[in-house]
Amino acid sequence: METSAAARVQPIPRETLDSVVIRFAGDSGDGIQLTGSQFTDATADAGNDLSTFPDYPAEIRAPAGTTYGVSVFQIHFASHDIQTPGDVPDVLVAMNPAALMVSTDILKPGGLVVVNTGAFTANNLKKAGYESNPLEDGTLDRFRVLAIDVTRLTLDAVKTVGLGSKEANRCKNMWTLGLMYWLFGRERDQTVKWLEGKFAKRPKLAEANIAALNAGHIYGENAELPHGINAYQVPSAHLAPGEYRNISGNEATAWGLVTGAKLAGLKVMYGSYPITPASNLLHNLARLKHFGVTTFQAEDEIAAVSAAVGASFGGSIGVTGTSGPGVALKAEAIGLAIAAELPLVIVNVQRGGPSTGLPTKTEQSDLFQAVWGRNGDAPLVVLAAATPGDCYYMAIEAIRIAVKYMTPVILLTDGSLANSAEPWPLPDLDALEPFPVEFHKDPEGFHPFLRDANTLARVWAVPGTPGLEHRIGGLEKHRDTGHISYDPHNHHLMTKLRHNKVQGIARDIAAAKVDQGEDHGDLLVVGWGSTYGSISQAVRELRKAGHHVSHLHIRNIWPLPEGLGTLLRSFNSVLVPELNNGQLVKLLRAEYLIDCESLTRVTGRPFRIASLVQAVEERLQRSAE
Amino acid sequence: MSSNPPDKEYTRKDFSSDQEVRWCPGCGDYAILAAVQRTLPSLGSTPENTVFISGIGCSSRFPYYMNTYGFHTIHGRAPAFATGLKLANPELDVWVITGDGDGLSIGGNHLLHVLRRNMDLQIMLFNNQIYGLTKGQYSPTSQVGIVTPSSPLGSIDQPVVPVRFALGARATFVARAFDTSKKLPDALSAARKHKGASFIEILQNCPVFNDGIFELITDRKAGPAYQLWLEHGQPMRFGADGEKGLRLQPKTLSLEIVTVGEGGVTDDDIVIHDETNPSLAWMLADLPEVVALGVIYRQPAPVYNESLQVQRDLAKERFGEPDLHALLRQGHTWTVS
Repeated sequence: METSAAARVQPIPRETLDSVVIRFAGDSGDGIQLTGSQFTDATADAGNDLSTFPDYPAEIRAPAGTTYGVSVFQIHFASHDIQTPGDVPDVLVAMNPAALMVSTDILKPGGLVVVNTGAFTANNLKKAGYESNPLEDGTLDRFRVLAIDVTRLTLDAVKTVGLGSKEANRCKNMWTLGLMYWLFGRERDQTVKWLEGKFAKRPKLAEANIAALNAGHIYGENAELPHGINAYQVPSAHLAPGEYRNISGNEATAWGLVTGAKLAGLKVMYGSYPITPASNLLHNLARLKHFGVTTFQAEDEIAAVSAAVGASFGGSIGVTGTSGPGVALKAEAIGLAIAAELPLVIVNVQRGGPSTGLPTKTEQSDLFQAVWGRNGDAPLVVLAAATPGDCYYMAIEAIRIAVKYMTPVILLTDGSLANSAEPWPLPDLDALEPFPVEFHKDPEGFHPFLRDANTLARVWAVPGTPGLEHRIGGLEKHRDTGHISYDPHNHHLMTKLRHNKVQGIARDIAAAKVDQGEDHGDLLVVGWGSTYGSISQAVRELRKAGHHVSHLHIRNIWPLPEGLGTLLRSFNSVLVPELNNGQLVKLLRAEYLIDCESLTRVTGRPFRIASLVQAVEERLQRSAE
Repeated sequence: MSSNPPDKEYTRKDFSSDQEVRWCPGCGDYAILAAVQRTLPSLGSTPENTVFISGIGCSSRFPYYMNTYGFHTIHGRAPAFATGLKLANPELDVWVITGDGDGLSIGGNHLLHVLRRNMDLQIMLFNNQIYGLTKGQYSPTSQVGIVTPSSPLGSIDQPVVPVRFALGARATFVARAFDTSKKLPDALSAARKHKGASFIEILQNCPVFNDGIFELITDRKAGPAYQLWLEHGQPMRFGADGEKGLRLQPKTLSLEIVTVGEGGVTDDDIVIHDETNPSLAWMLADLPEVVALGVIYRQPAPVYNESLQVQRDLAKERFGEPDLHALLRQGHTWTVS
C-alpha cells in the first residue's frame, strides 16, 4: 500500500522554507497530542532541528467543542539550530471552531489555516463563541485558508474497513496528519509502523487509521491547492554527527536518576504522590524495577518524601518528585533530612501558582520556595535544568552532590521542560565519571556526625552494620558526639556548619561562565531554567544586530557558582528575565549588591523571543540616552 | 562500641543505650522500655539489625534509649519513614513507636496506610489519652468531658478507639496490653513473629497530665477482675476468680457479660476466642466493663515488601539484566552523519 501510493507521486515543486511553526489544535478527544508526536518523529527523521510544546487543558475530557477543552501541540522545526517551540505559528491546523477561536490571534498574518469544515456546525460555532461562521464572514481574510471537510473525507476513506461511526470518526487526526506529511514532504512509514504496533490486537483499527493517513496524503497529491498555498520543504539541519532521539524533560529526569544511582552504586527509592506535571516521572520509573528502582506511590506528599528519607537512612538514594504544592507539604521532612544530614533528591516540576494555580501551565515561581522555604536556617542545594535533555545531566548531578555532601538537593524543572521534546544526542555512558558511595564500617571512634574535614559531609552508616548502632533525628546534636544537645553555643556552631557545608559545594561545581557572547559588555541577560532556549535565541538575534549583549544561564541556583559577582559587574547592566514575579533577580541583588533589572512574564507560557529582543533593545536605548 | 560476634547471646544490657532516660518519674514509658529491652534478646534480635523509628511526643524519645539503630523523625510520619527504610532493606527488623496524638491525630493518615499495605513491621502505639509533651491538651483518644488547658469546659471531641481504627484499616495483627503488665512481652513477641504490620495498643499511664486513667484495669489488686486476656481457641473468661465470661446474644449480635454458674449459664455458653474472626475482633475492641487484652486479631495476608520482591524478580525475568544503553535507545532514534 505504502509503495504503491508513493509510486503515484509525481515530483512536485516545493517551496523551500528555513523554519516552520505548526500548531495542531482540536478537542482534547481529537488525538492532537498523538498527531503532534508522530509529526515530531517524522520531522526528526527528515533531519530537522526541532522543539515541541504540548498545551492541553487541565480537565481530562472537557465538554466537546468548548474553548477550554482545546488541546494544542506546537512544533517548531528548521534547517538551522533552534531552541524554542516558536513564538508565532506559521500554520494552524484547527479541527473545530473552538480550536480556531483560541488560535487566530496568535497566528502569523498571512499564515496558513487548515480547517476541518465538517466540525463547523451551528452547535459547535455557538459553543466556541462565534456569532457567525468565521469561514464565511471575513474573519480569516488575513490568512491563507485550506478549508476541507476532513470528517466526511475520513469517513469515506475508512468505509470499507467497516468500523462503527465513532471509531471511524476518530481516524480524522490521521487523515490530517497524512495531509500535513504531504504538505511538508514527510515520510509516512514510521507512522504506519507505529499504528501497526499500537493496534496489533485490533487490526481493523490499524487498517482504518492507515487508510485515513494515506487518504489525507493522496488528497494533497491530487487536490488543486488554492492560489498561494504550496507544498513545502525544510532542508535538514546541520546537527552534530551522532545518534539522536527526541526526549522530554520528565523522561530525561527519570533516566538521569537511574544513571546517577548507577554511578553512585546505589539503588533508587522513588517515593511520590501523583501530581501534574510530575506524574509521568513516577510512571517512567515504575517501569524500571529491573534497574534496582523501587517506586512507592505514597498516601500523600509527606509520606512520599518521608519514605524517601527513610530509604536514604537505609542506604538507598531516596528521591521524591512533585510540583510546587507538593514541595510545600514536604518542607518539614526536607528540614529533617537537612538536620539528620541524609542524602535526598527532590524534583520539583514547577507549575503555575500560588496554591493549585495553573496545574498544566508552566512557571518558574518556586525558586524562593526551593532556596528558603523551610523553618529554621535550613540550607540545601538547588539545581535548575535548562533544557529537556539537560534534565538528564542535572539529575545525575543532583545525586552526585546529595551523596557526596550528605544533603538534600532540589532539582527544579518545569511544566514546559517536562513535556517539551527536542532532539537529544545520546550520551556516551562510558564517559560519565562514576562516584561510588562508600558506607562507613569502622566502629573505632564512631559517632554518626563524624565529618570529612574537606567536604564537611558526615559519615553514612547504614542500619545492619555491626557496631555502628546509633540514633539520629531532628533535635540539635552536639558537634563532637552526635548526641542531643541544647547547648546555645553548639547550636550557633552547627547552624554555621550546615551553612558552610552547602556553601562549600560552590568549589565543586563549574564556575560562572557566559553561555554566549563576551564576558563583558553593555548588557548581560541572566536566566535560569526552561527560559534557556528563548533567551539564547533572543541574544543570538541581538548580537547579529550588533549589540554587545551576552547570555549567562545559571544551573546552580544554590550555592551560586564562584565568579558570578565578578561577571555581573563586568557589564553595564544586567537583565534577569523570569517566568515569575522576580525571584532570581532578588537573590542576585541580595548576594552581590548589584542593580540587576527584572523582566517578568507570568502567563503560564514560555517567553516569546521577540518580546525578549524588544525588552533588551529598550534597555540598551534607555542607557544610551 | 565494638563489633558483635555472630553467635553472641544478647541480654537486656546490649539493647540499652548509654543515654540518660528523661521521662517524668513514674511514667508508664519506663515499664514499656524495660519490656522491650528484655524481650528483644529472647527473640533472637540483634542490635545492628533492629531499628526503632518514632515521630514526635513523649513516647517518640524511645529510640534514644535503645542501643539499636534509631530515627527520631517528625510528627506523625514515622510509619512513612519506616516504610521507606523497609523498602530499602527488607532484612531489617523495624519497630515504629508512636502515641495517641502522633499516630491517631497528626499521623492518622500514615497509620491507616501502613496497616492496609501490610508492611512487615511492628507498631507500638502508647495510648495515654493525653498530649504530654505539649503539656496536657486533650488527645484523639481522650474521653468526652475531660478538662484540659485547651478544653476548660470539657472536651466535646468524640474519641477514636485505636483497635477499631486498626481493624478498619484491615490490619493483619492487632493486640492490646498495658504498660506495667507482665504479659506485655508476650504481646511484643507475638507482634514480632507476625509477618506483616503488627499493631499493638499499649495503655500507658501519664502521671503528670492524666494520672490513673487506666487504674481500674491496671491496679495490682482490683485490676485483674477487669482484664480479659484473650487466648486463641479458649473460652473468654475473666473476673477475680475467672467466674465471668462473654456470651453471644444472637438476636442483637452482641456480646454480653455473664457469670458461669448463675442463671443456668455453663462453660459451654462462653464464646471461644477466634483471633481470625474480624467481626469478633470488632466487638472485643470496645467492650463495656471489661478490657480485652492480648492478641485480638491475627490473620496472615500478603506482605507488601514480599509482594514487591516478587515484582522485582518478575521484572528481571521479563526484561533481563538492566541495560542503560538500551534504555536510552528505546523507541525512535536516528543517526546524523
